[in-house]
Amino acid sequence: MMAVNRIRNVFQVPRKGETFELRSGLVSQYAHERKDAIQRTIMAMTLGKDVSALFPDVLKNIATPDLDQKKLVYLYLMNYAKSHPDLCILAVNTFVQDSEDPNPLVRALAIRTMGCIRVDKMVDYMEEPLRKTLKDESPYVRKTAAICVAKLFDLNPQLCLENGFLEQLQEMIGDSNPMVVANSVTALAEIQHSAPETEALVVTPAVLKKLLLALNECTEWGRITILTQLAEYRTSDLKEMEHICERVVPQFQHVNPSVVISAIKVVFAHMKGLNHDLVKTYMRKMAPPLVTLLSSAPEVQYVALRNINLLLQKQPDILSKEMRVFFCKYNDPPYVKLEKLEIMIRIANEANVDQLLMELKEYALEVDMDFVRRAVKAIGQCAIKIEAAKDKCVNVLMDLINTKVNYVVQEAIVVIKDILRKYPGYEGIIPQLCQSLDELDEPEARAALIWIVGEYAEKINNADEILSTFVEGIDEEETQVQLQLLTATVKLFLKKPQTQALVQKVLQNVTTRSDNPDLRDRAFIYWRLLSNDPALAKTIILADKPPITSTIKSLPVGLLEQLLSEISTLASVYHKPPETFLGHGRTGADALQKRALEEAQQNARENPIQAAAAVTGGKVTNVENLLDIDFDGGAPASASTPSSDPFGMDSAGTSRVASPISGLSGNAAPAAAANNLDDLLGVFGGDGNVQSSGASGGGGLDVLGGLEGLSLEPGQPAQGQPAGQKPQMKNEDIMSLF
Amino acid sequence: MLSGILLFNQKGENLIFRQFRNDCRPRLSDVFRIQVISNAQVRSPILTLGSTTFSHVKHENIYLVAITKSNANAALVFEFLYRLIALGRSYFGKFDEEAVKNNFVLIYELLDEILDFGYPQNTETDTLKMYITTEGVKSERAMEDSSRITMQATGALSWRRADVKYRKNEAFVDVIEDVNLLMSATGTVLKEDVTGQIIMRAYLSGVPECKFGLNDRLLLDDTGLSRPNGNKAGSKATRAAAGSVTLEDCQFHQCVKLGRFDTDRTISFIPPDGEFELMRYRATENVNLPFKVHVIVNEVGKTKVEYQIAVRANYGAKLFATNVIVKVPTPLNTATTHVRTSQGKAKYEPAENNIVWRIPRFTGQSEFVLSADAVLTAMTNQKAWSRPPVSLNFSLLMFTSSGLLVRYLKVFEKSNYSSVKWVRYMTRAGSYEIRF
Repeated sequence: MMAVNRIRNVFQVPRKGETFELRSGLVSQYAHERKDAIQRTIMAMTLGKDVSALFPDVLKNIATPDLDQKKLVYLYLMNYAKSHPDLCILAVNTFVQDSEDPNPLVRALAIRTMGCIRVDKMVDYMEEPLRKTLKDESPYVRKTAAICVAKLFDLNPQLCLENGFLEQLQEMIGDSNPMVVANSVTALAEIQHSAPETEALVVTPAVLKKLLLALNECTEWGRITILTQLAEYRTSDLKEMEHICERVVPQFQHVNPSVVISAIKVVFAHMKGLNHDLVKTYMRKMAPPLVTLLSSAPEVQYVALRNINLLLQKQPDILSKEMRVFFCKYNDPPYVKLEKLEIMIRIANEANVDQLLMELKEYALEVDMDFVRRAVKAIGQCAIKIEAAKDKCVNVLMDLINTKVNYVVQEAIVVIKDILRKYPGYEGIIPQLCQSLDELDEPEARAALIWIVGEYAEKINNADEILSTFVEGIDEEETQVQLQLLTATVKLFLKKPQTQALVQKVLQNVTTRSDNPDLRDRAFIYWRLLSNDPALAKTIILADKPPITSTIKSLPVGLLEQLLSEISTLASVYHKPPETFLGHGRTGADALQKRALEEAQQNARENPIQAAAAVTGGKVTNVENLLDIDFDGGAPASASTPSSDPFGMDSAGTSRVASPISGLSGNAAPAAAANNLDDLLGVFGGDGNVQSSGASGGGGLDVLGGLEGLSLEPGQPAQGQPAGQKPQMKNEDIMSLF
Repeated sequence: MLSGILLFNQKGENLIFRQFRNDCRPRLSDVFRIQVISNAQVRSPILTLGSTTFSHVKHENIYLVAITKSNANAALVFEFLYRLIALGRSYFGKFDEEAVKNNFVLIYELLDEILDFGYPQNTETDTLKMYITTEGVKSERAMEDSSRITMQATGALSWRRADVKYRKNEAFVDVIEDVNLLMSATGTVLKEDVTGQIIMRAYLSGVPECKFGLNDRLLLDDTGLSRPNGNKAGSKATRAAAGSVTLEDCQFHQCVKLGRFDTDRTISFIPPDGEFELMRYRATENVNLPFKVHVIVNEVGKTKVEYQIAVRANYGAKLFATNVIVKVPTPLNTATTHVRTSQGKAKYEPAENNIVWRIPRFTGQSEFVLSADAVLTAMTNQKAWSRPPVSLNFSLLMFTSSGLLVRYLKVFEKSNYSSVKWVRYMTRAGSYEIRF
C-alpha cells in the first residue's frame, strides 16, 4: 500500500533531489526498497523526466531472480541504452545467461529485450543466443526469437544475412507451432518490405500450403499476418485462387473484425479470375460479415465503412439489400454518420430510394450543420442517380427550402442547380427558389442561384431585377459568384436584348475594376464576342451543356485498384495511396511532390478556372469547355511576343494607331504592357465596339475555332504547330506581368 | 507495425509511454496532446502528421493511442486498442486513470507481452493471467509450470489448459440478445435487428469436445434440401412456424472450428475453461419487439412542450421485464417539468436534458402511460431543438427477440463423464429508439 502511495506521489510536483532519493533507493540493501525505487524510476521515465543518470545504479539490479523486477530493469535499459552504450556491455552477461535459463519465460524475455537494445556492441553478442533460441524446444521462445531476427535485421542487415538467420527463418515457416509460423512470416515480411532485394519472403506454392495450414490454428493476429501475405500473393493458377478463396472464406465468421476485413481483402483479390457463379457466391457470402462490422466499436466501424466505400465503387451491388443497416443512430460519432451517408447514396437504387429519402429528410432536420448539409446534398445526388426518384427528391428539397433554415436552403439550391441541368421541366420551382434570395450568404449558393436565373432568364419575368441587385454588389462577391454573374447577365442579354444596359454595366465594371485576370479576361471575351457577332455568341454561350451523369464522387480507376489492394490499411481509410501521406526519406518526398503536381494538373483539366487562380503560371490546355476561352485566349489583348503574334499583326493592320494592341506589338515595350489593359478598355468603351471588333472578334474566333482561326491569317501559313504552345506561353507572360 | 502505445489522461498527462520501435520519440506525446487532446473539435480517430499516424480511442477517462509510422493495418490497430481495454478491464475491473496509475508496472509488463516489436502476440486474457499476475510470478515457481504456460500461450489450443478437473461437470449457456429498433415519427419501423451473444461458462474436466446446436434455419433446412423448391413464400412461412430462425451472420470464438461451420454449419469446439463468448450473431427477420412505444410530442408555442407516451409490453403475461427506463428528451432551455405516470417514477434530469421514467417491473401485456409538460424559458436566440429520439432500456428474461433457441449442447470427453447443462435467455435493449 505504501508503495502505491509513493508511486502516486510521483505524479505530483517533483521534489528536490528526487534523483538522489531514487539512487539511494536503487542501491539499498533491502530488496523491496530497491524494487520500489526501480518502479519509481520507471514512473519518472514515463512522465518524460530524464533519469538516464541513474543508469549504472539501475543496471546493478539486473541480476535478480524476481521476474517482475527483471522486466522493469529491462524496460529501463531499452529506453536509455542509447545514452550509455558502453555501460550496456555490463548487462550482456546477464542477457546471455538468461537466454539459457531453464525457464522459457526468462529465455524469451532475454532474447526479446536484447533485440530492443539498439547498441552496436550489443549486436555482436546477440548472434549466439539468437542462434540457440531459434532452435529452442519451447515454441514460446522460438516465436520470440523469430521476431528478434527482424529486429537484428533492422540494426545490422549484414550480420543477419551472414549468419544465415534469414534461411533459418524461412525454414521456420514449416514449424509445427502455428504461432511460430505466424511470427516467422511477420518477421520475413518486414525484412522483405524494408529490403526487397533480400527476397526474404517469396510465397511459393509450397509456402502457400504451409500458410493455409497455419491459418486456421494460429491466434487472431497471426491470422491477419498470414491473410495479408495471401492477399499480396499473385497467382495466375485458377485452381490455386479457388483453393485460397475456399480456405479463407471461413474466416468471415471470425469474431475479430480486423480478421474479417483481412479475409475479405484476400477473397476480393483472388476471386477476380474465378468464374462468374463462384464470384457471385463469394459476393453473397461477403455481405453479411460486412454488415456485421457495423456493430463493432465506432473507430473500427469507421475503418470498415471507408473500406466498404471502396468495395462498393468496385462492386456497386454487394450491399444493395442492406440499406437499413446504414441508417445513422442518433449518437453515432459524426465521422461515422458522414461515412454512412456516403455509403447509403452508393447503394441507393429504385427499390430502396423511398426509404432513403425519408431518412435523408429526417437527417436534414437535425442540428449538426455539416451533417445536415451532407444529407441535403445526398438528396440531390439521389435525384441525379435515379431518374425515377427525381420527382420525390425535388419535392423533398422544396419541403426543405420551406423550412427556411438558412444553411439547408443554401445547400438545397446548390443541388437543385444540378437537378435542373440534368432534367428539364422543373422550371416551375424557380420562383420559389428566388424567394429565398436574401438569405443566401454563401458564395456557392449565390453562384448556383445566379446560374439558374441566367439559364432560365426567358422564363423568369424579373430576371433582370434579380441580377441587377447582384450586380450592385459585384465587387464584394467571391470570384465564383462574379464569374457566374458575368455569364448570367450575358445569357440574359442574349435572351432578352432589352437588358443591354445591364450587361454593359457589368462588362464595364468587371473590365475596369477587377484585378482578377480570369474574370476580366472572360469579360473581354464576352464583350468581343457580343460586339462582333451576336449570333455566334448565342450559339456559343447558349450552347447545350454536356449532360451530368453522376454527382457522386468516385475515385479514378487506377487509384481504386491500388486502394483495393490496400484494404484495411491507413491508405484505404484516407482513400489515398500510401506514399502521399507517408514519407520514405527523400524519395518519398519526391514522389509526393510529383504526385501533387500531377494532381494539380488533373484539377486544372477538370476545373480550369479555379485551378488558374491557384496555380499561377500553370499550363492549362483544355479546349473542351467554353469557359476555357479566358484561358487559352486571354492572350490577344496583351500579347507580349509581338513579332510572331498573328493577332497582334492583325490588329495593327486593321485598328487605329492609338490602339494599345498595335502599339504594343509595334514597339514591343514591356513597360507599356502593364497599362495596356486600361488602354484597351478605352478602346472598347470609348470608341465603340465596331472599331476594335476586327481585332478582338478575330481573336475570339481564333481561340474558339483553334486552327481554323489561325489559318485565316494569310501571312502566317504554318501556324498548326505553334498554335498549341503559344497561348500557354502568353498566358504565363500575362501572369508574370501581373 | 505499431511503433508505440501511449496512454493519456483527460488533461493530457502521459500515463504510459511504451515504445516498440526506434522511430517512436518521446516528443510525440506532446504532439498528440497538442493536436488531439487540446484540440476541441471532434474529428476522425485517425490523424496523420508528417509520417506519423496517431490512432486513438477514448475509454472512461483515458486516451489510448497507437503510433504507427507505416501504412499500418488500421482495423488491426483499433481492434488491438480495444483488446487492450478489454484486458485492462478484466485485470483491474475498471480501466481508467486511477487503475492505470496504480498498476502502471503491470501495464508495462502486459504491453511487453502482448506486443513484440509492434506486432500483437497472444492477447487471450485467460492465458495472460496465468503468467502475468498482480502478485508477480517468481521464477522459483516450478519450472515445468512456466513451460506449460508457454506451451499454452503458443499452442493450437492456446485457450485451454489440459489438466482441468472438476468434481461436477457443468456448462452454463447464456443467450443474451440486444434488440435494436429505430422507429420513425410516423410509427414505421426503419430498422430492427438483433445482435446476440452466446456466453458460455464451461466447468468441464479434461479436453472436452462440444457440439452446439441452434434452431438455425439454414441448418434445419439442410435436412429438407431434397424438398422441391416450389412456392418459396409458402415454405418460408412453414419454416417460421416450425420455429427456426435465420441468422444473418455469426462470429465465433477462436475455439470454434470455422471450417466445419462453413461446410455443414455444425458448431464444434473445445471450450476454454470458465467464461467466454462462444459466438455472436445477427438476425434481422421476424424480430419480436418486446415493447411498443407510442409517442406524441407537441410544441405549444415557444414556451411549452407536451408529451404523451404510452409503452405497451408485447410479450407473454407470465414474463416481466425489469429495470425499464424510458428516456424522454426535453429541449435545452427547459425550466420545469410536470410529469404524471400510471406506473413507476419519472424525474426530470436537467444535466442530461431528459425526463427519466423508471419502471422497475413491467409485466407482459400491460400498458403504462406518461404524460408530461415541459415549460421552457425564453431564449434570445431561438435555436432549433434537434428532437433526439426517445430511448428505452430494459432487460427481459426468458425471451429472445429473434426466436433463437438452443437445441442441444453435447459434450464428448475421453473419460465419458456426464455433464449438466443450463441455458438461460435474456433480451436487452440495444439502441431502442423512437423518433418523434
